[in-house]
Amino acid sequence: MSVLFPKDEAECAGLVGDIAGRGETLEIVGGGTRAGLGRPVEATHRLSSAQMSGITLYEPSELVIGARAGTPVSTIEAALAEKGQMLPFEPMDHRTLYGQTGEPTIGAVAAANVSGPRRISVGAARDHLIGVRFVNGRGEVVKSGGRVMKNVTGLDLVKLSAGAHGTLGVLTEVIFKLLPRPDASLTLVFRGLGDADAVGLMSLALGSPYEVSAAAHLPAEADFSGRTLIRIEGFPASLAYRRDQLVARLAAHGAAEALEGEAEGALWARVRDCAPLAGDGTGEVWRVSVAPAKAAGFVAGLSEAGIVRHFYDWGGGLVWLSRAAGALDDGAIFAAAARAGGHAMLVRAPDARRRAGPVFQPLSAGVMALTAGIKASIDPGHAINPGRMYEGL
Amino acid sequence: MAEIAFPAPDPEILARRDAIVAGLARLVAPECLITEADGRRPFETDALTAYRRLPMAVVLPRTTEEVSAVLGFLNAEGVKVVARGAGTSLAGGAIPQEDAVVVGVSKMNRILDIDYASRTMRVEAGITNLAVTGAVAADGFFYAPDPSSQLACTIAGNIAMNSGGAHCLKYGVTTNNILGVKMVLIDGTVVELGGDALDAPGLDLLGLVIGSEGQLGIVTEATLRILHAAEGARPVLFGFPTSEAAGAAVAAIIGAGIIPVAMEFMDRPAIAICEAYAKAGYPLDVEAMLIIEVEGSDAEMDATLKRIIAIAQAHGVTTIRESRSAMETAAIWKGRKSAFGATGRVADYICMDGTIPTGRLPEVLRAMEEIATGYGLRVANVFHAGDGNLHPLILYNINDPDEQARAEAAGNDILKLCVDVGGCLTGEHGVGIEKRELMTHQFAPVDLEQQMRVRAVFDPAWLLNPAKVFPLEGRWQGR
Ligand SMILES: Cc1cc2nc3c(=O)[nH]c(=O)nc-3n(C[C@H](O)[C@H](O)[C@H](O)COP(=O)(O)OP(=O)(O)OC[C@H]3O[C@@H](n4cnc5c(N)ncnc54)[C@H](O)[C@@H]3O)c2cc1C
Repeated sequence: MSVLFPKDEAECAGLVGDIAGRGETLEIVGGGTRAGLGRPVEATHRLSSAQMSGITLYEPSELVIGARAGTPVSTIEAALAEKGQMLPFEPMDHRTLYGQTGEPTIGAVAAANVSGPRRISVGAARDHLIGVRFVNGRGEVVKSGGRVMKNVTGLDLVKLSAGAHGTLGVLTEVIFKLLPRPDASLTLVFRGLGDADAVGLMSLALGSPYEVSAAAHLPAEADFSGRTLIRIEGFPASLAYRRDQLVARLAAHGAAEALEGEAEGALWARVRDCAPLAGDGTGEVWRVSVAPAKAAGFVAGLSEAGIVRHFYDWGGGLVWLSRAAGALDDGAIFAAAARAGGHAMLVRAPDARRRAGPVFQPLSAGVMALTAGIKASIDPGHAINPGRMYEGL
Repeated sequence: MAEIAFPAPDPEILARRDAIVAGLARLVAPECLITEADGRRPFETDALTAYRRLPMAVVLPRTTEEVSAVLGFLNAEGVKVVARGAGTSLAGGAIPQEDAVVVGVSKMNRILDIDYASRTMRVEAGITNLAVTGAVAADGFFYAPDPSSQLACTIAGNIAMNSGGAHCLKYGVTTNNILGVKMVLIDGTVVELGGDALDAPGLDLLGLVIGSEGQLGIVTEATLRILHAAEGARPVLFGFPTSEAAGAAVAAIIGAGIIPVAMEFMDRPAIAICEAYAKAGYPLDVEAMLIIEVEGSDAEMDATLKRIIAIAQAHGVTTIRESRSAMETAAIWKGRKSAFGATGRVADYICMDGTIPTGRLPEVLRAMEEIATGYGLRVANVFHAGDGNLHPLILYNINDPDEQARAEAAGNDILKLCVDVGGCLTGEHGVGIEKRELMTHQFAPVDLEQQMRVRAVFDPAWLLNPAKVFPLEGRWQGR
């Protein structure tokens, strides 16, 4: 298979137009570190964003950064760190889970709506993505949104692009809004709580006035000891005050230790990257979005599904699950997620499995019809990342 | 400058009015159907009162099922539908057409569920914005987007316009605070988009629907994210000798890594109007004022304010006044939130809503002044400074057609300027009819065509709020 490396957006548009015009197909690759996400794409061409790289706009005083899709996330983060700013949603790095060595790109962060622990307090990648440029399946360059934070001019194709996993066009440029990096951070660690108790503690913390920025629970099976983590961020005096208030408010759940500095950062990176379930890189890993109040009950009801490990992020709103690859019925997890009013995604599994069955939560007939219609309205020939999210789309 | 055009009503539909009304009468209770001209009159316009069109009929269903039956029927009859919440749109988004039926959700205003553990609540979409916060305030919670019209406007309208408010600098706009909606498509199909969990199971259709101005379906229920309020909040007034200095202070505060909950700007004319109305103690001897609000415990607020004050001083601030009581705080916000209403007492106005990169603030303020003067008009400026969302109020006399035309022309020039400096036509009020013909200034033909192709997935025959958002010429009609 040929790999195409367009040098700029115009060349990219030409290539996509030609490929689609010939009735052929293409798979988009960024750094390749998220190739395991979604269904495997069978395409005649591979199109890499690698040469469409570079920051196009960075205005620290306006809290906005724009970059070509192939720009490494590390380049963005280095530029932001220099000015004391950050991508607020703390994007997950999938390399831990997939054992990949490539360089994640900012385009893929947008395309897969990749967020991390801070998502529970400040929102996801999709909440911070304010502008995109992309090439549609007709080979046209389309722009939506822009560089300003508030914008309701026309239909929001930016949100549609976020989380479409490249099925709605080749992103060529993305613009994110930013936040200042907090001066300091501190995590309260509670030990030995059961799931329901831990989720209750996290709800209490997140429902307090003390601006908890992240809340996760690692049961003993996913962590050496079993820890519930409540993170606060801000300037030092404020941090100390909120720490004391939270400790008092959460005292019924036990005593807390405070974790700071490098050890704290490393622990949250593990949570962010799903490291507790990475294992030897082979088992199935699922992520389930569910209302926090239903999270522990959802997990308790999974006894039939062969789950071996799990942990919670987003105060219980995100449940990570792992089990051995193969054999087991995957309908069970989708069905349980649906019963709990949430939805599941199979994040890691062998290609054969991801080809054979659904990876994303099956949709209602009405929503599926809209999904198919939108795909056709943007990529009528199904030329771009065909089948990545749903078979036949 | 020409009046904003409406498509000519379809005579074939008008001729069938009696049959259409009779059909609707079979679907909803008599008190949910308004057919008399006098009863329809209140629905002929919204807050863009210079334009009015009397709809054929008004339906106010009580349930999603009724909305579904009504849309299914109107779709089969080929009748246009204009969704309506409270009719406070400033962009003419809710103004009907003579050959359309208004479907309003105002009777659907119940709270369905409050879940403090998950920090969400489920409501019917016709509930007012303020009633949502009112329902959870006693428990310390609130719903963050707070448009100044919150006493009247509905969650349905907020979703359709992706509405914002003074506190969105920190908490985001509507799209960042909605987890799911129930929506009825034009053919009567009911879909659930999103839910009570975070992120979408497939494509982010919820994100597409929010801000879509009633063109994709009628929203009947929504799941909202609610938050616990901070321990305290304190607004502070900062008076500056020039607008430029105030603008520069805003940029410097954000540049210093401080994100206050709100940073609102008013210029001298706006200060005078709002102070006369609200008696909030605004300084009258300054050219520009910022209301900056900080949150947290007293000590946290003191510490943050200290840094903000230092920056303001470095930018030549001449007056600083901190709120000392809940009453003062209420008065300060009353002045800001009633800015449009207070302006309406001294003159007619059109309110622009362009957004600009905040770095361009000083030059844009100057240019806007020049534009208004050039048309022989006055502007008062109140806006969300932290995110560059401008609200120049162009004052005019609605009974003077020439002045109205000049006001609209000035408004258009201002919005084009916003786009030209890297911003957009509308930050939170929507395009409606008002900015429809300017869309080509912000978007290339392919951009608009792609949006219209997506629109057509939901409403292939352009029956839902068809006169809005997209220029009347060059509409994409299908393959
Ligand atoms: C004094 C004043 C102050 C304001 N301040 C602000 C402010 O601070 N911030 C801000 O963002 N806006 C503000 N607005 C604008 C306005 O209040 C908002 O746009 C509001 O969200 C409109 O809500 P509504 O219920 O009145 O909707 P309407 O005006 O009835 O409708 C608005 C749009 O929503 C569509 N719609 C209504 N119901 C539905 C439904 N169920 N499903 C699908 N579409 C639907 C309509 O077709 C229309 O296009 C202000 C307006 C006024 C008059």
